[in-house]
Order: sequence, then structure tokens, then C-alpha cells
Amino acid sequence: MTELAIDVSGLSKHFGNKIAVNKVDLHLPKGQVWGFLGPNGSGKTTTIRMLCGLLKATEGEGNCLGLDLRKDAELIRRHTGYMTQRFSFWNELTVRENLEFVARIYELKNRRRSVNDTLEVLGLAHRQHQLADALSGGWKQRLALAAVTMHKPELLLLDEPTAGVDPQARRDFWDQIHRLSNNGMTVLVSTHYMDEAERCDHIVYLAHGNLITEGTVPDIIDQSGLISFRAEGVGVRALEPRIKKLPGVEYAAYFAAGLHICGHDRSLLERAVNSVAMDGYHWQEIRPSLEDVFIALMEQTGADRRSHT
Amino acid sequence: MNSKRHRKSLNFARINAVFIKELIQMRRDRLTFAVMLAIPILELVLFGYAINTDPKHLPTAVHAEEFTPQVRSLIAGLVNSEYFDVSTNISDARDGEHLLASGEVVFVIEIPSGFTERLIRGERPQLLVAADASDPVAASNALARMNTIVNRALIKDFTGALSYLKSELGSVDLVLHPRYNPEGITQYNIVPGLLGVILTMTLVMITGVAMTRETERGTMENLLAMPGSPFEVMVGKILPFLGVGAVQTVIVLLVAHWLFAVPFVGSISLLLVSVALFIVANLALGFTFSTIAKTQIQAMQLTVFFFLPSMLLSGFMFPFRGMPMWAQVIGEVLPLTHFLRVVRGIMLKGAQFNDLRIDLAAIAAFMVVVVFIAMLRYKRTLD
Repeated sequence: MTELAIDVSGLSKHFGNKIAVNKVDLHLPKGQVWGFLGPNGSGKTTTIRMLCGLLKATEGEGNCLGLDLRKDAELIRRHTGYMTQRFSFWNELTVRENLEFVARIYELKNRRRSVNDTLEVLGLAHRQHQLADALSGGWKQRLALAAVTMHKPELLLLDEPTAGVDPQARRDFWDQIHRLSNNGMTVLVSTHYMDEAERCDHIVYLAHGNLITEGTVPDIIDQSGLISFRAEGVGVRALEPRIKKLPGVEYAAYFAAGLHICGHDRSLLERAVNSVAMDGYHWQEIRPSLEDVFIALMEQTGADRRSHT
Repeated sequence: MNSKRHRKSLNFARINAVFIKELIQMRRDRLTFAVMLAIPILELVLFGYAINTDPKHLPTAVHAEEFTPQVRSLIAGLVNSEYFDVSTNISDARDGEHLLASGEVVFVIEIPSGFTERLIRGERPQLLVAADASDPVAASNALARMNTIVNRALIKDFTGALSYLKSELGSVDLVLHPRYNPEGITQYNIVPGLLGVILTMTLVMITGVAMTRETERGTMENLLAMPGSPFEVMVGKILPFLGVGAVQTVIVLLVAHWLFAVPFVGSISLLLVSVALFIVANLALGFTFSTIAKTQIQAMQLTVFFFLPSMLLSGFMFPFRGMPMWAQVIGEVLPLTHFLRVVRGIMLKGAQFNDLRIDLAAIAAFMVVVVFIAMLRYKRTLD
């Protein structure tokens, strides 16, 4: 059996009457990159905070890095890197000063070399004397990643690390995550981006604090039992309101210059497609995308996409 | 098209929109709202009731070599005047020195032996009054009325055979010793006091925003996710400001010496140790405020809320002994009250550690309580 970096069962968090996380089980093998997905307010941040000891779990037991979640919170902290959703380093300090602070807090031996190595590996060396405040979003993320990995944690918890960052910076960021994972680090990363989810070894989908589904990307698509059709052509977008109302169409959306419809009942879906086929569009069955699956899941679980954490 | 053109006239709907938004925000920030209402009430009570520029009930020690009916009448007269509270009878003149230096009493009245005999003989015996004049305001009214009070007290006994003693000059020779600040120079009292006021105001405020700034900027979550105990964080946070306080102290002392020529008769090392203790107490208080307040503005308001009574009830602006009992009780809790006694005691009176140990202990006790509250309030989690 593979060793588990995170091994928790029945993890719950209640804030007053509100159940933010409801009996979540996570068994995360060492060295893997796991993606945490789900709509806003689904409990991703709360779960991550419980794992690194920033919140006390209302219920549930388990281990992080073989250490008891409740008793050894302080030790877990030492061996975990946690990158918050919001940039949380010091704007009045330079890149280098921020890293030096972290090196001192973690009592790193050979501080100077640790800082220099980290600056080098993350490509921050030429910006080391800039104030963190002066960095753009992408560089701030890079600084944060540098700071939370400098003490060589065994487990890395990243809470929407790439929100608001341009595609190039996101790609670089993910290259770094895979590099760290190749060196044996276990990573749990929450995200709203489908392309990022597809870069993970394993995905966990949360909604309303409940774990809805988990597995590899192909597994999740297969397990969903979802069927998708797609039509392309000028004016196809105008069909959306009409086709949405047809029985069996659980979800219709326009993207990549085509209209997708999804549902679980093949015969109803085919009937829907045929009823609009006379408009001259060519409908084709396609493999559902991860996004199709997630939107279908959101609708099923009644998650309100407009709600916020 | 016309309706889309930019208009410069006032738009009341927009004023209303901003007005309503402000009202909602004001209502959500309960602490700010409470402080805004509490401060005027606090000021009214303090200025209206606590402050008295004609201080009465000043603690007085009597050193009487004899207890004759005349001496008793004299003491009763002092007490009845309401200016003097004869709280202690001392047998040794050196006790009087200590009581004055420590600020426990404002006056020491000495009735020498043979006082009554000489009084009856009409020799106008001396009545020695040593007064703590370091605060010129506190003692002046009582001293000015003392002659009248003493003579009126004695005259009641001068009946029958003794009625010849009712002289124009008065029956006793009042010898006043205004101590520590005989010329009654206000600056001598104010400037050392300012040291305490400056340290209180700046240091409580500066550490008050220390933790709230981390919370407001989101860096708190990061700090919590890293190893480190609350005590480590607190000590690390307040240490730089210990240096700031030290620089302030040096500036005030130099200005006191060069510009105001305030005397310094006591021990500089005792003063520095006391200042260090006082600085740490204030920094710890500021840190505690920052664990209570949610925003930097709230921390500032808590500081004002603490600073106001410190200014008014500590004896800095108005004589401490002139305040009603309840105000003195509040004043005794405030570290500034004790620090003022210490700093004035050392600089003006040459007070020793022994004279000041109660005040120093009070500051230390305040500090311990405040640190304890801060440790309770500092949360290791975001719960």
C-alpha cells in the first residue's frame, strides 16, 4: 500500500448553524498532485485550513504526514507549506527580505544559501531587491510559492494560487508545481480552472461542503454518465434558449463557436437534437469535457453559482 | 441625447446614495459607534465631576511630640477644614521624609515638644509644616488657608483665663517648608509628567495597530500558518518600539534639562529602570488592544479611550488628591498615575527605590495582567 500524506475521515466544520464542511474523507498518497474543485463556498478553503491547523475541525479524525491532526497541529505546520488565497506576504519588504523572514521563522540552517537557492530556482533573483508591493500578480504568486516552499515542506496546500494570473504565468506556476511534485512533495491545490484540474493526478469535487465525486479526469467523465452533443454554425447560439427547454436537456452552453447540450438520458437527448435538426445544423455526439461534467454536477447538487465564500 | 449629457448640478439622489451607504457602514462597525458615544460621556463625567482645582482632603501626616487638648483642637481644626486628612501619626521625623518622597502624603505637620506650654505663655510657638510642592497647584490653596484654620481652631479654646491669647498676629508661628519645588515652577511638575504622557500616547497606539494591520492585510493567516508561539510574536513585535520609547525618553530628559532646567536630584539608573518597565507595560497594553480590535481604526479608538482618562485622572493635568474617591480608584489602576509619582519622585524629590516600590509594583502588576489578557486573546487559529 502506498504511504498517505493526508489520511482523514469524517472531517467536518460547523460555523454556528452553518455546516461548511460535512464529513469529508481524503486519502492522498505521497508525491501526488491533487486538485480541489467546487463552486465558491463549497468548503475548499475551510478544508485546507483544517488540514494545516488554522481551523479546528468540529468532527473527524486523521493524520497529516503521519501526525495527528488534532494533537500535532504545531508539528504539521512545520512540515507543511500553505499558500493563502489572498497574497499574504509583506508589501513593505523586498522579495529577499520576505524570504529571509520565512527562513528565520523556520530556523533554516544556512539561511543565506536557502534564500539564494530559492530565488534562483523560482527565477526571482533579478527581482530580489524589489518591494513585494511593486510586483505584478504573477510575480507575487511566484514569491508566495517561493516563500511557502523554502523550508522544503513535505506537503503543499495551495488555495486558488493562480486566481487572476495570466495564462503564461499560470503555465510557469504549474511547471513549478510539477517540479516540486517530482521531488517528492505532495500537493493539494484548489482551483476553478479546468485546464489546471486536468493537470492534476486526481480530482476531488466538493459542493455545499460534501464530497460529490473524486478520481482521475477520465474516471470522473466516465462515471458521470453524461452524454454531450455539439453543433457548429452561424446563428447556432440563438438556439440555446429554445433547446434548453426541451426535456432531457439538462444543460446547454455556447463555447468554442459551438453549442453544447448535455444530459443523462440518451433517447431524450436524441429527440431534442432531432427536433432542432431541421434548422440545418449538424449535431454530433462528443465526449463530455470536464467542464460539462462539473456544470452538470453543480446543477445536480443545486449549488448556487452566485453564492460567495 | 440630451439626458445623456453630463450635468454639473447637484444630484440629491446621489448624495442620498452615499449618505445611506455611510449610515449602513457606521451601523456595522459597532465598536466605532460605541466609542463615539462613550467619549463625550466619559469627557463630561471626567471634566464635570472628577476634576477639582481646589483640592481638598489632602493626606497629611502629623508628627506630634505631645498630645494636649490644644494639640487635639488644632488637629481637629485641620480635619474640619476639609483641606487636610490626617491619615497618619508618625513618631519619627524620618518617616515623614519617606511619606513625602513616596507621595503618600502631601503635608507633614510637626508639633514640637513644649508647644502647648509656649502657646499658653503667649510665645507664639512654631508649627512646622513641610509640604510637597512638586505640584504647585495641589498644595497652594491648603497652605494659603492654613494660618486662618490653625488660629480659628485654637481660638475656641482661648476662653476665660486664656482669652488674652487672642492676638492680631495669631497665636502660633507657622513655618512653611514647601519642598522639592519651592519656587512653585509649573514646568518642574509638567515636564517630567510629559514623559509619561508621551510614552503612553505613542507606544500604546503604535503597538495597537501592530496585529490589526496583519489582520487587515491578510498577512495574519500566513503568520499563523508558520511556526511560532503567541509570546514569541508579541515579544518580537514590541521590541523595536522599546527602542523608540528609549529615544523618546532621552529627548524628553535632554529638553527638560536644557530648555526647562528641571532639576534632577534622584538616581538616573532608577529612573531608566522605571521607564523601561513603564514602556513595556504600555507596549503590552497596545498589543492587547490589537488583539481586541478588528481594524486599525478600532485600535486607534481604543487607544484614545484609554488615553483620555490617563491624561485626566493620573494627576498629570489636575491634582490627583483633589479628585473624588471613585476617580482616584480608577486613577490607581492606570499605569501613568504610578509612573508620574515615580518620575516626579525621582527627578524632583530624589526618591529612592524604597519610596517608590509600591508604584513600581503597581505598574508591573498592570503589565502582567495585560500580557495575560493578550495571550488569552491571541488566537492560534482563525476560528
